[in-house]
Amino acid sequence: MPEPLIITTPGDREIVVVRSFDAPRDLVFLCYSKPELLRRWYGLPDWTMTVCEIDFRVGGKWRFVSRAPDGFEMGASGVYTEIESPARIVHREIYDQDWTGGETLVTLTLTEKNGRTTATTTVLYATPEARAGAAASPMATGMEIGFKRLDELLASKPAA
Amino acid sequence: MTPSQQLDATFIALADPTRRAILARLMSGEASVNELVEPFSISQPAISKHLKILERAGLVSRSRDATRRPVKIEAAPMREAADWLQNYRKFWEQSYSRLDSLLEVLQTPINKPDTP
Repeated sequence: MPEPLIITTPGDREIVVVRSFDAPRDLVFLCYSKPELLRRWYGLPDWTMTVCEIDFRVGGKWRFVSRAPDGFEMGASGVYTEIESPARIVHREIYDQDWTGGETLVTLTLTEKNGRTTATTTVLYATPEARAGAAASPMATGMEIGFKRLDELLASKPAA
Repeated sequence: MTPSQQLDATFIALADPTRRAILARLMSGEASVNELVEPFSISQPAISKHLKILERAGLVSRSRDATRRPVKIEAAPMREAADWLQNYRKFWEQSYSRLDSLLEVLQTPINKPDTP
């Protein structure tokens, strides 16, 4: 059974996602900061992450590109603005097609208790309208595609 | 309103605890403004103001006939808001369930990654 996930929408521009993991936070932090680990879990089911570049330092850029089964590509990029290992990562994020109505500011905090880590992700949208606009993104609509293990995705070559 | 504006109005309407309480009350059946004033111990103009915001978001409607003009809840925008969060939830649930598996693999001694 996966851990329950808590999503709240405090204020009018934020979405907060909280989840805990059966692992120390150093390890969870690594899974967020090393591209070879991040690409093994983050993203849409059935989509392949074709680009996962991370320059993990304050002011460093990151870029992800994901490809849908039908070949549609979605890219996002941004800059790390705060890094406090292993407790906190803040980055700016914008999609190439700008689904989110301007840049979002994403804050991840990790707290550890009794060997378990709680990850709290706060996504701050530019405007209330932008938060609602996230509903139109493939992130929201592409979800119905069946779940597929990421290792299967990695094993299969993406269509040219 | 565009679907996105509709959703926005829904979330703004839901951001207030009194309005959420009004909606909770209306889930058990329609009520007149006077009937709503009583349990909330706030003035009728204040209740009317909250109802206007809920009405604009399409979350409630008021009957045109009867002098009582009862207020009732409208299900569709509530459902859209819930669906939207549901999709958002799925994205994270599925990503995090893969992260669970990855963390498990990384914690088996042979696979420990180098620390930074």
